[in-house]
Amino acid sequence: KERADKSRVHMRELPADYRNKNNEEVNCGLTKEEALNEAKRCLDCPAPSCTNGCPVGIDIPQFVKNIERGEILEAAKIIKQTSALPAVCSRVCPQEKQCEAECIYAQKMGKEAVAIGYLERFAADYERESGQMAVPECAPSNGIKVAAVGSGPAGLAFASDMAKRGYSVTVFEALHEIGGVLKYGIPEFRLPNSIIDVEIEMLKKLGVEIVTNCIVGKTITFEDLQAQGYKALFVGSGAGLPRFMNIPGENLIGVMSSNEYLTRINLMGALRDGDTPVLSGKNVAIIGGGNTAMDAVRTAKRLGAEHAMIVYRRSEAEMPARIEEIKHAKEEGVEFMPLHNPIEYIGDEKGRVKQMRLQKMELGEPDASGRRSPVEIPGAIETIDVDTVIVSIGVSPNPLVPSSIKDLSVSKWGTITVNDGMQSSVPTIFAGGDIVRGGATVILAMGDGRRAAAAMDEYLKSC
Amino acid sequence: MNKILKKEHFSPNVLHFEVEAPQIAKTRKAGHFVLVKVGEKGERIPLTIAASDPVKGSISLVVQRVGVSSAKLCDLNEGDYITDLVGPLGKATHIENYGTVVCAGGGVGVAPLLPIVEAMKKAGNRVITVLAARSKDLVILEEQMRANSDEVIVMTDDGSYGKQGLVTAGIEEVLLREKVDMCVTVGPAIMMKFVALLTKKYNVPTMASLNTIMVDGTGMCGACRITVGGKIKFVCVDGPEFDAHEVDFDEMQMRLNSYKEIETEAMKHYIETAAI
Ligand SMILES: Cc1cc2nc3c(=O)[nH]c(=O)nc-3n(C[C@H](O)[C@H](O)[C@H](O)COP(=O)(O)OP(=O)(O)OC[C@H]3O[C@@H](n4cnc5c(N)ncnc54)[C@H](O)[C@@H]3O)c2cc1C
Ligand SMILES: Cc1cc2nc3c(=O)[nH]c(=O)nc-3n(C[C@H](O)[C@H](O)[C@H](O)COP(=O)(O)OP(=O)(O)OC[C@H]3O[C@@H](n4cnc5c(N)ncnc54)[C@H](O)[C@@H]3O)c2cc1C
Ligand code: SF4
Ligand code: SF4
Ligand code: FES
Ligand SMILES: [Mg+2]
Repeated sequence: KERADKSRVHMRELPADYRNKNNEEVNCGLTKEEALNEAKRCLDCPAPSCTNGCPVGIDIPQFVKNIERGEILEAAKIIKQTSALPAVCSRVCPQEKQCEAECIYAQKMGKEAVAIGYLERFAADYERESGQMAVPECAPSNGIKVAAVGSGPAGLAFASDMAKRGYSVTVFEALHEIGGVLKYGIPEFRLPNSIIDVEIEMLKKLGVEIVTNCIVGKTITFEDLQAQGYKALFVGSGAGLPRFMNIPGENLIGVMSSNEYLTRINLMGALRDGDTPVLSGKNVAIIGGGNTAMDAVRTAKRLGAEHAMIVYRRSEAEMPARIEEIKHAKEEGVEFMPLHNPIEYIGDEKGRVKQMRLQKMELGEPDASGRRSPVEIPGAIETIDVDTVIVSIGVSPNPLVPSSIKDLSVSKWGTITVNDGMQSSVPTIFAGGDIVRGGATVILAMGDGRRAAAAMDEYLKSC
Repeated sequence: MNKILKKEHFSPNVLHFEVEAPQIAKTRKAGHFVLVKVGEKGERIPLTIAASDPVKGSISLVVQRVGVSSAKLCDLNEGDYITDLVGPLGKATHIENYGTVVCAGGGVGVAPLLPIVEAMKKAGNRVITVLAARSKDLVILEEQMRANSDEVIVMTDDGSYGKQGLVTAGIEEVLLREKVDMCVTVGPAIMMKFVALLTKKYNVPTMASLNTIMVDGTGMCGACRITVGGKIKFVCVDGPEFDAHEVDFDEMQMRLNSYKEIETEAMKHYIETAAI
């Protein structure tokens, strides 16, 4: 009873007018005392609904109980039984739609859910900082070679699980850095690279070999891998193809995809110490309302934009971004222009964008996505000044791998089609993450990688 | 990390590198390129694979020193390592026996043209190569081109070597003289634009190999996008070769200047710090 009367912990954050000028992580984490207190709120439900909300089914009451007892390393161990990247997921999972949405506090009691994500992060960070990170136990080597394409969360989770099962795993990564979107997309102020690097070090300790600068389908083909003795392949190549709107002026200088913008900055170090340039001006408009759009707009603000604007064709309620992201963006001074849709970009004599024409919208009937659809208000057109536009309206699956493998069946959206065990139409090829789901989430990608590992293990044993 | 096996000058600002890259040497075809990054903080820049030696496990790059990133590469020496090198990227050139093919290259476009000339010759074409440069000392790869062409026409802006005039004058001379079935052009956007206008007049199908700004080279960022026949294409995965008569070269030229000011500043800074 008294457990239920406590109110949910608030995580400390850097002050908005300080953090919007640098790249430091915004969320500061919980202190041990805060974590122990928050853990006390958990009712240790006999049939815990929270676990159903977690795509990888972390034993939430168990790990929370251990935190309450002060057994933090034990808590971390429990989380790691099912999640390969807890320090990452606890930072980027949309908890309010997953585990925390299913917590009994939110479901039945009309109260704020137990801060599961914060507690998970606490346990993971505590373990990492303790210097006592447990290297998971590996089965003795079985000498069987398997490969993963892509080092995003799907590929890394797959590699980790296969290594634990005793396989020799090689991960092939097209870029010069390991981590996929975690590195090139999600910015430092939300997910520091040092955290990802620790997880990657852990993988290497498990014996996983990672080959960067190697594009499967180009540098090396599926057939080459087979010839080199790889018995099966996991494709976690992501949804890397940016979409554009095909409106006039979209190829003007200063108009770019969020992938380009974030890659130049996060992966290539533009405007820090890298040789790669980036355009990021005073009036920056981001088109879209997802996580990527929020990351881009908050980055633009940090790079000195006077006006960093979210331009979104529906209303704020329909935005797919996490609530926390929207809140943080607003605190940092980001301007929101919901119910606006760009119809044209206008350039100066050198071809650099200087203005954009926006069609005002209103909400109509719900569409296929279940959200109210945006409808144009006839004649309501506005022109605003912009010097940088970042198009962040989604990505499509990268066709590079699918098109390089004969007999691999893909859907009409270009995603690889798989069965429940993440096995594709080619029995030795498994796939997961964004290349199977289109743009999804880190935890789903990771879950796919793990499921594929289990199924591949079964498959190889049966051969 | 890829080791530089050999370095030589083709002209003061055009260098030839032989780089260790066994896997790429095996699979690359004419038209393919690599992305190269020098130093941890380096920029990823695309360079055409000019030749390869699968036995030795090496590829050749011909690099023109134009800005910071190409300069950093040109300043490396034999025995040094290129931090990151990935490829082969892009679609291979469509090679077949067309009959008579004119291959026209200008500036550093001559390097990417060489593997195409070789492949066209090997496929049984009569190959006429037109090389254009500002002056005699900027003419590169002439010998290698001669070895793979039925005829080589050299054009210089100042008439210091070959004939005086632009690349288009050289091509037109051939077009007026005999039936040409195919034209391939690689060079600065403005040059390719005028080649395309000329061959359009003579109704000769023309392929242009485009050199847009790139970042990842795998279709992930869209930096390399251009308009071909009214549609957006990504040069790194859909190209680099396109029907020259459909390419919007003015837009491409404009986009190539995206970072002009920043690049000029950066180069100034690089030269100053190198001088110290
Ligand atoms: C800016 C941004 C913010 C996001 N924020 C969140 C968030 O807050 N929470 C959340 O849950 N999700 C978020 N997402 C989505 C999430 O990042 C993705 O769903 C997830 O990364 C997908 O994982 P993946 O392993 O399938 O692919 P990716 O992370 O895309 O990794 C794929 C990797 O494969 C490599 N690759 C591709 N082709 C080849 C090839 N042929 N050979 C070798 N390697 C190849 C790529 O270079 C890449 O490194 C965000 C996405 C972006 C872009
Ligand atoms: C498919 C392809 C093949 C190429 N092959 C060759 C080759 O064989 N030899 C050669 O010398 N050059 C080649 N280039 C051009 C070469 O990539 C550029 O000269 C180089 O990137 C310039 O970078 P920089 O930093 O030295 O110069 P900067 O001063 O930074 O740039 C000079 C100009 O080069 C272009 N450029 C800048 N950054 C890039 C980038 N990341 N990618 C592409 N272009 C850029 C811009 O138009 C810029 O104004 C090729 C380009 C492409 C797209
Ligand atoms: S992995 Fe994500 S969904 Fe699962 S418990 Fe952790 S924060 Fe919640
Ligand atoms: S539903 Fe909420 S209170 Fe119940 S076990 Fe899960 S986290 Fe604890
Ligand atoms: S270089 Fe990024 S999509 Fe072509
Ligand atoms: Mg440069």
